[in-house]
Amino acid sequence: MSMHLEVENLYLYYKTLKGIVKAVDGVSFQLKRGEAMALIGESGCGKSSLSRAILRLLPRNTYKYEGVIKLDGENVMEYSDEKFRRDIRWVKISYVPQAAMNALNPVIKVGDQIAEPLIIHTNTSKEEALEKAAKMLDIVNIPADFINRYPFELSGGMRQRVAIAMALVTDPELVIMDEPTSALDVLTQANIMNEMKDIRKKMNLTLIYITHDISVSSELADKVAVMYAGEIVEFSDAESFFKEPSHPYSKLLLYSVPTLRVDREPIYIKGQPPSLIDPPTGCRFKDRCPYRFEKCEEKPPTVSTNGGFAKCWLLEKR
Amino acid sequence: MSGERLLEVTGLKMYHVIRKGLFGGKFYIKAVDNVDLTLDRGEALAIIGESGSGKTTLGKTILRLYEPLDGKIIFDGRDVTHIRRGELKKYRRETGFVQQDPYGALPPFMSIRQILEEPLKIHKIGTKEERLEKVYKALEEVRLTPVEDFINKYPHMLSGGQQQRVVIARSIITDPKLVIADEPVSMLDASVRVEILRLMESIQKKYKLGIIYISHDLSTTKYFSSRINIMYAGKLVEGGPTREVIYNPIHPYTRYLINALPDPDANNRFVKRDVPPGEPPSLINPPTGCRFYPRCPLFIKGLCDVKEPGYTYVNENHWVKCWYYEENR
Ligand SMILES: Nc1ncnc2c1ncn2[C@@H]1O[C@H](COP(=O)(O)OP(=O)(O)OP(=O)(O)O)[C@@H](O)[C@H]1O
Ligand SMILES: Nc1ncnc2c1ncn2[C@@H]1O[C@H](COP(=O)(O)OP(=O)(O)O)[C@@H](O)[C@H]1O
Ligand code: SF4
Ligand code: SF4
Ligand SMILES: [Mg+2]
Ligand SMILES: [Mg+2]
Repeated sequence: MSMHLEVENLYLYYKTLKGIVKAVDGVSFQLKRGEAMALIGESGCGKSSLSRAILRLLPRNTYKYEGVIKLDGENVMEYSDEKFRRDIRWVKISYVPQAAMNALNPVIKVGDQIAEPLIIHTNTSKEEALEKAAKMLDIVNIPADFINRYPFELSGGMRQRVAIAMALVTDPELVIMDEPTSALDVLTQANIMNEMKDIRKKMNLTLIYITHDISVSSELADKVAVMYAGEIVEFSDAESFFKEPSHPYSKLLLYSVPTLRVDREPIYIKGQPPSLIDPPTGCRFKDRCPYRFEKCEEKPPTVSTNGGFAKCWLLEKR
Repeated sequence: MSGERLLEVTGLKMYHVIRKGLFGGKFYIKAVDNVDLTLDRGEALAIIGESGSGKTTLGKTILRLYEPLDGKIIFDGRDVTHIRRGELKKYRRETGFVQQDPYGALPPFMSIRQILEEPLKIHKIGTKEERLEKVYKALEEVRLTPVEDFINKYPHMLSGGQQQRVVIARSIITDPKLVIADEPVSMLDASVRVEILRLMESIQKKYKLGIIYISHDLSTTKYFSSRINIMYAGKLVEGGPTREVIYNPIHPYTRYLINALPDPDANNRFVKRDVPPGEPPSLINPPTGCRFYPRCPLFIKGLCDVKEPGYTYVNENHWVKCWYYEENR
């Protein structure tokens, strides 16, 4: 089966007073149509930046933006901004931004808000768009009569569902969701995850799903990508990953999760992620890695593993 | 569990008053409604509940940062429910608070040294030298070492995890007997959470500190507290030894809470979680009887929606407030 999304050597650097922030630094991965990938990693490692890079939502201080992004084999990086806006963003690739539920427009009714992306980004009439919005409400489990309510009348869970509906209303092929449930309660989160399990099948969505919560990442993931200091250090299918990840950072990350059903004393990773302005040379994880050895002073190779690939000298095939 | 009693709370109530509109009437948010709990010296108790269930209000009321509306707080044998001035100041010294959200907890224009010295100055503890010594000791205790690297820094120069250690250092600087930690790690990355919790655990054991650990995260408490209480809509609904409650939950709400929480597992994507729809009720007009009844599949009509369930003991240490269990045990 051919790939739906192929990302090759993607870069997004920001220019700041302190220096150049290498937020996305040579990222590559591939997804088949209908696959869901969880993107996990500590705060500040570049998860949101990677999603912005795929969506070409670039801040003013962008310093470097390059790489290949193929949708069904077509390199959309070559599109002009105009063409990308017309044919790709919101049309083929949609987005639920981080903290979206707090970013809804307070003076616009829920229905109009969901219809908006359709009206703005596709040539849909207002009536048709509102009809579609009503269908979306049903899909994300919001009662029909909420269509005329304002965001402040809704609970957090409902507002997050509205944000999801806005991303789905244009029938996209690929949806990027940035921390879609982290601000929500456990039961609400479980309800939304249940709904997403249906929706992704129903709409045949390819999904990139950003979270810092590793337990929750397993709710949807077919693939797991672990980001560290601007790089994807491991990309793996979910089975291999949750059984035993390959990269030392992934291992420590997984074992830092307190488990409810199994007794396993959680561990922690010493130190903190490095600055993205001046990341360490060689392996970026070396200052925190218990397995560090001489070779780690040099940039680790990308080694293919059972489930995908990982960047670590320990895995080098001899 | 027959240690020495440090805290005994009975029938505690705290309602927030809000006014709607300029001339509108008063409303009461029944955030803490008839809560009983006990804590022994050196014990770690967790209060678990969803956001808005009243955990912060409960913690702050126990610490007398809010005035209780009703009920009793007995601390170290003294009734502190309505104490004022000198006595309240003494109580403040004997208690510590780690507030929710480390990023807003520290005053931005004070150095770490000033932040930690302030409670000592307020309580007129020690000479200048002795105070500095205490600041050093507290920073060593939370492992912000070498102390010289941190003591003159300002909060914005520290990572979230480091800021949280300063908040913890501040909460123990007056040698309290009780610390209430309100979601002490929920804003932090999973990779640092365990480190901070271990730190609190070691301080707690070393000084026989009583800790009330408030959280919405059941899985961390499993490793860091000996007992838990489950809170729903302003009331405690189940309590007992941590493992007992997690492995043998009785209250329908507790069961759902456990069902809702995934452990990392590639099979999760193929199964749906059994959770009730809907959301917690408004605390202005909470349901009568059992506050969970509108979402409860075991709901007994004419009973659950009318009369509030009382204590039923599953065993000596494990209790639940649920009519279904009471009637069907
Ligand atoms: N517009 C910008 N200009 C400069 N630096 C930026 C900008 N946006 C993000 N950064 C920096 O880039 C790095 C990556 O940020 P990003 O938001 O992608 O992280 P993240 O992994 O999504 O983190 P979180 O889990 O906290 O959301 C951080 O160091 C951040 O401070
Ligand atoms: N200072 C306050 N004034 C008015 N209402 C408040 C105040 N603090 C909390 N509340 C309300 O009381 C209820 C319980 O809140 P809180 O104690 O913060 O719960 P939790 O800590 O479990 O999230 C919520 O409905 C909240 O909006
Ligand atoms: S390359 Fe070296 S330092 Fe980096 S993760 Fe592998 S063993 Fe650790
Ligand atoms: S008291 Fe009734 S409504 Fe409440 S949890 Fe028990 S069975 Fe359900
Ligand atoms: Mg982000
Ligand atoms: Mg709170």
